[in-house]
Amino acid sequence: MSSATKASRIGEELWKTRVDKVNAELVTLTYGTIVAQLCQDYDGNYQEVNKQLEKMGYNIGMRLIEDFLAKSNVGRCANFRETADMIAKVGFRIFLNIAPTVTNWTSDNNQFSLVFDENPLADFVELPDDGRAQDELWFSNILCGVLRGALEMVQMQIEAHFVSDVLRGDDTTEMRVSLVRYIEDEMPPDEE
Amino acid sequence: MSVFSLIIINKAGGLVYQREFQPGLRKLSTNDYLVLAGTFHGVHAITRTITPKLPLTVTAPATTPTTASTPNVTSPSATSTPMPSSAAATSSATAAAAAAAAAAATTTHSFPNPGVPATGLETMETDKFRLTCFQTLTGTKFLLFTDPLMTNIDVIMKKIYELYADFVMKNPFYQLEMPVRCESFDRNLTGWLRGRA
Repeated sequence: MSSATKASRIGEELWKTRVDKVNAELVTLTYGTIVAQLCQDYDGNYQEVNKQLEKMGYNIGMRLIEDFLAKSNVGRCANFRETADMIAKVGFRIFLNIAPTVTNWTSDNNQFSLVFDENPLADFVELPDDGRAQDELWFSNILCGVLRGALEMVQMQIEAHFVSDVLRGDDTTEMRVSLVRYIEDEMPPDEE
Repeated sequence: MSVFSLIIINKAGGLVYQREFQPGLRKLSTNDYLVLAGTFHGVHAITRTITPKLPLTVTAPATTPTTASTPNVTSPSATSTPMPSSAAATSSATAAAAAAAAAAATTTHSFPNPGVPATGLETMETDKFRLTCFQTLTGTKFLLFTDPLMTNIDVIMKKIYELYADFVMKNPFYQLEMPVRCESFDRNLTGWLRGRA
């Protein structure tokens, strides 16, 4: 059984048995309000909004990973490909009930794309018509931060960013994830 | 109820939580608990690094009978023999072992089950109590002191981890790696443990 199929099954099982559900529109509206408020607070500086969303996601990810591990009871992934399947088929399934496609691997197995067929964060959303948001704002950028924070806690330093978004008129919504390095020891260097 | 007490150690070895679930346990001073946590953290790290690795033949499947032999790590003499394969040469001990075996076949060293990394100390038992350590993939350690006769500790451990994920990590005002002062965690933990006794 491939690791993707195995991960899909784990994800399905957890979604059915272990996850408390909330109203999807509550999530969509709450997230939309946050992004809209940030756009106001930063006066339409979308680069800054992207940055803040990423940071918020990072803080969520560092906490959410414990919930993921406690619920899923999965062990350490043997390689980055397995990690990718785990994120797409288990992580996204239990927290958002979606399972983005893992694709476009580089030959060194250190970079992949997540392609989102659906994105509950972006339902009902139309980006502001100011001529800039379409080119500058990554509406769902919080997800990049969540992945970075969560993986950092399990000794992987990664970089994630969106490369396309249907909200901007692109054909797909795609996030690029790159492994920077495995963090070797959890011992902080300043200890003694 | 035969769960005596719980200690949580963060990934840097700091004590973040300590609580007794039974009356009459002898208390240590706060400082002693901090020392206990730090000491355990160190011992745990050592037990992980001294986990022996077994020689494996690269060409044969991983389940060859060679796993029965003990690794040749008794000669720590730092040999200056040039090593053609640098994969196993992580320490002088494994290098020496690899050099000794290099003549026969290309061997490497691995944990008995290569898919599972070394975990370090998991349980410690005395006449009166058992200490079970559960380390999460994020590096947090849960130490549970129980009656030595108690069974199904992994179930309790898993539930404690879930409660921790819920009531500590999801509390937005809890600062990561800092001491846990979450009343709802205390309440749910004691409630759950009492409920199953």
